[in-house]
Amino acid sequence: MTAALSPPRLLPSGDSAITVEFSRNIDDTANQRVLALDHAVANEAMTGVTETVPTYRSLLVHYDPVQIGFEALGEKLLALAQLPVPAETSPRRWRIPVAYGGEHGVDLEDVAKELKTTPDDIVARHIAGDYRVAMIGFTPGWSYLSGLEKFLHMPRRQNPRLLTPAGTISIGGVQTGVQCLAGPSGWHLLGRTPVRTYQLHRDPTFLLEPGDHVTFSVIDHKTFAEQDRAAEAGEIIAELIAS
Amino acid sequence: MSKLVISSIGPASSVQDGGRPGSQRFGLTPGGAIDRLALAAANTLVGNKAFAAAVEIGPFGASFAAREGAVRVALSGAPRNADIAKRPVAFGSSVTLADGETLTLGFASGGAFSYLAVEGAIEGEPMFGSLSVNARAGLGSPYSRPLQAGDELKVATASGVAERRIDLPAAVNGPIRVVLGPQDDEFSEEAKSLFLDGDWKISATSDRMGYRLEGPVIKHLHGHNIVSDGTVNGSIQVPGNGAPIVLMPDRGTSGGYPKIATVISPDLGRFAQIPAGQAFRFKAISMAEAQAEARKFAELIRTLSDRLRDIENFDLNLEALHDANVAGSAVNAVDATTWQVPSPDAVT
Repeated sequence: MTAALSPPRLLPSGDSAITVEFSRNIDDTANQRVLALDHAVANEAMTGVTETVPTYRSLLVHYDPVQIGFEALGEKLLALAQLPVPAETSPRRWRIPVAYGGEHGVDLEDVAKELKTTPDDIVARHIAGDYRVAMIGFTPGWSYLSGLEKFLHMPRRQNPRLLTPAGTISIGGVQTGVQCLAGPSGWHLLGRTPVRTYQLHRDPTFLLEPGDHVTFSVIDHKTFAEQDRAAEAGEIIAELIAS
Repeated sequence: MSKLVISSIGPASSVQDGGRPGSQRFGLTPGGAIDRLALAAANTLVGNKAFAAAVEIGPFGASFAAREGAVRVALSGAPRNADIAKRPVAFGSSVTLADGETLTLGFASGGAFSYLAVEGAIEGEPMFGSLSVNARAGLGSPYSRPLQAGDELKVATASGVAERRIDLPAAVNGPIRVVLGPQDDEFSEEAKSLFLDGDWKISATSDRMGYRLEGPVIKHLHGHNIVSDGTVNGSIQVPGNGAPIVLMPDRGTSGGYPKIATVISPDLGRFAQIPAGQAFRFKAISMAEAQAEARKFAELIRTLSDRLRDIENFDLNLEALHDANVAGSAVNAVDATTWQVPSPDAVT
């Protein structure tokens, strides 16, 4: 029979939340265990649990201390966390169009220089990746993707930008990401997508879920402008290539 | 149907309710009132559900006019001068604005945020179950931005029921209680002692996302970068400069700085109302104690309506004024007029 997995650490996060930590690092195995525990908690419909927030390495479980205490909930979470991780069963796969470089990806040339290659090579490598949504956080729809090839790993900028455009596709550290709203970022900006991962009054409001797979495709800047208008009007634009 | 017109208002004032938890896994911050007990008290006074939408008023003055009908309101939170046509209005009591009358509020003292609840609550279109304003995400109703002079809120016409006051328990003073973690192991014993024994002040650059603290520099054991993980209201993160930030309801849902401790939920409103420049301390308590306090706080909110009292006579109203004063915990001499005993004919 399968052996129980190593126990995660239970970290107190105030009186109404527990962090279940599987790793201190960005670690694919840990992320898979996070997503598996997230599913298990949802399936169990555990008394007192109000919502869960998966991240690269931990699951934050919000709960109502009137209904369940830290010790009792912690025990249940530990038991679920040590069950074998089920195989990924046909995750959703999205293809997201990106206009790389130029005004939409102001760091593409510098990234190429830094990595001693051409902008085209950076784009070719970036669209070759099969990424997984490891977590969504910071601001609505900001999707952190794991699976960036090692060649593209780069430390974040020394001076983060206070404002980067909506739809920015960027790389930072060992990650790549899809940013939905305009906001600050210390990552390197490769391009922009017209796809809104978060759009109010659209069904669905949030496009990507933790665990979804993502690939990127190249569009020219003219197509970006057309698709951006369509997206503004509520079109999803991203292509669901498997589910 | 009446209208409450915002005649004047300062920055950091917005419609807030209990917030919109449930979508943090998509990066959507829960938002909601910074001082939940104050929100609940004001709503309870006018017969609303505890976490119905109300106006969260920032530190500056504001004035509100009733139009197209009378409007019944209640004030709570950070005390300030308040009057209707020069008749003083007490915090912690309901009052009715006749059609055309204006409620005028001064600067907050002894806190930052006050709440104005309206009988029947504020009309709006809930987004993810909430009217709370989150301008960055384009959320909030009737305005998805902070309130401005000239804005109009659709509200119910006053029912004409008798005014009430609320008998809140005496304000808790003393240190802000925290539970250590989730990343207290990123700090040395010495750094943790500095954090717990140091005198802290809230920086003027604080906002609804986070309150920045001024005090001793808290150093990390292994640098200030951790792999992002989830945050909660009250998370105390320590960035590279060693100056802690207490995350508030408009926080990012994840963050990459080590979190030394978490303010317990019953103390978060009290913490948010510490006046800028006033020194305070933190105190670590056990998880069991924190959860007992959280359950007591939930029970207090659940039973707030048992604390409503009729405003029957002069003596009782004096008591209401006294309670409101105590709840505000710090009313300075400048604000003495707020707490003047109104003439009997001004009470009704």
